[in-house]
Amino acid sequence: MPKVTMTVNGMAVSGEVEGRTLLSDFLRDDLGLTGTHVGCDTSQCGACVVHLDGAPVKACSVFALDAEGAKVTTIEGMANPDGSLGVIQKAFQDHHGLQCGFCTPGMVMSAAALLKENRKPTEAEIRAYLDGNICRCTGYHNIVKAVLAASGQDVSRIAAE
Amino acid sequence: MYAFEFARPRTIAEAVKALKRDEALALGGGQTLIPTLKNRLASPSVLVSLTGIAEMKGVCRTDDGMVAVGGGTPHAVVAREARKLYPALAALAGGIGDPAVRSRGTIGGSLANNDPAACYPAAVLASGATIVTNRRKIPADKFFRGMFSTALAEGEIIIEVRFPVPRKASYQKFRQPASRFALTGVFVARFDDGVRVAVTGASEGGVYRWKEAEKALTAAFRPSAVEGLKVSPKGMIGDLHGTPEYRANLVRVLTARAVAAA
Ligand SMILES: Cc1cc2nc3c(=O)[nH]c(=O)nc-3n(C[C@H](O)[C@H](O)[C@H](O)COP(=O)(O)OP(=O)(O)OC[C@H]3O[C@@H](n4cnc5c(N)ncnc54)[C@H](O)[C@@H]3O)c2cc1C
Ligand code: FES
Ligand code: FES
Repeated sequence: MPKVTMTVNGMAVSGEVEGRTLLSDFLRDDLGLTGTHVGCDTSQCGACVVHLDGAPVKACSVFALDAEGAKVTTIEGMANPDGSLGVIQKAFQDHHGLQCGFCTPGMVMSAAALLKENRKPTEAEIRAYLDGNICRCTGYHNIVKAVLAASGQDVSRIAAE
Repeated sequence: MYAFEFARPRTIAEAVKALKRDEALALGGGQTLIPTLKNRLASPSVLVSLTGIAEMKGVCRTDDGMVAVGGGTPHAVVAREARKLYPALAALAGGIGDPAVRSRGTIGGSLANNDPAACYPAAVLASGATIVTNRRKIPADKFFRGMFSTALAEGEIIIEVRFPVPRKASYQKFRQPASRFALTGVFVARFDDGVRVAVTGASEGGVYRWKEAEKALTAAFRPSAVEGLKVSPKGMIGDLHGTPEYRANLVRVLTARAVAAA
């Protein structure tokens, strides 16, 4: 089987994979990084979003071998070095941006990609950017609030719902 | 998915060679092809990924004033790099799918696939762009051959798309929020020598030029110029998202909006 080598959350990793092995499967099954969730496996839900060379991608729709030599960041790479929650994660906790938590890894990774591009997004920009991330629990409101808060903006105007 | 071998060439020449193998298939961003493979609707022996080919990526202005987009350029890169060179094209690319789809999906993959509801075919046809492959140059008017069908031969890859830049242009997409594709979309491009109008998402024949509107808008470039025109629902797509009549109406409404926004 072909070998694949990449950097995941700052660590060099490699493994033997098939041509058809998805990046999501490689992360979860080979590396044990099960924080990347697979909700639909059809590129619709966004639960599997990770960063590939800095860009958000659906890990269920990328082949592991296509990530050869790439830098990958998963939800496991979002915590602070001391293991405490990162800014975006903390904001999701503080603002109740999750219920079952299934969509959360993808939401956090998409939010991180947005905030890298746009440090102070408006509510509308956040909603537009999270378009590919589906949540069946929260109704999105608190997710948007969490992302606004993570960008250091005032969220008192947005009523809790 | 059926099993296949995976090749990741670094140059166009290597890719073309790899695609000569029996049952070889090109892989762009995989946003359409990977779901297709998962459904076992394709069974290549070897998948030739184009994502590692640097010479197929990026946006630039050519010496003759065109905007050239590498066939392997993801939508997000076009949205960024074409912003000044061809704003309407950049806006279209930035409105495709969602951010993660835009990181991976490529212009070459979108055109080769020719989904009847895809956005890029409208820009390519309305701009009168040229599709450059490893073998030849294909004018937009000869490229699209109906739903999911193009002039590409087996193993032929899109290495570049060259867009003449209109004086004014706009793409208006009526979004189908579940699929994120266009329920109907219209691209209007105004050149010095005339106006071109391309419609996607509406016809069962795939993307097409609305010639009547082109004539009316060439005579008078204002939204009211298309108000009196009739669009027949015959041959329009009808599904649970919209009837043929609904789409026919959208064609006119979106064309007028595109003219107003251009
Ligand atoms: C959730 C979602 C939403 C989307 N929304 C939209 C939308 O709003 N508008 C829109 O237009 N599209 C949309 N798409 C489609 C997407 O933008 C891609 O353009 C499309 O999937 C094909 O591009 P790709 O690079 O992913 O090609 P692939 O999926 O890799 O390939 C598609 C086909 O093209 C061939 N191919 C790939 N590259 C080349 C090349 N350079 N030369 C010749 N043949 C090639 C492949 O062999 C294959 O047959 C959406 C997709 C998803 C998953
Ligand atoms: S699991 Fe990848 S998009 Fe749903
Ligand atoms: S919190 Fe349950 S899917 Fe979003």
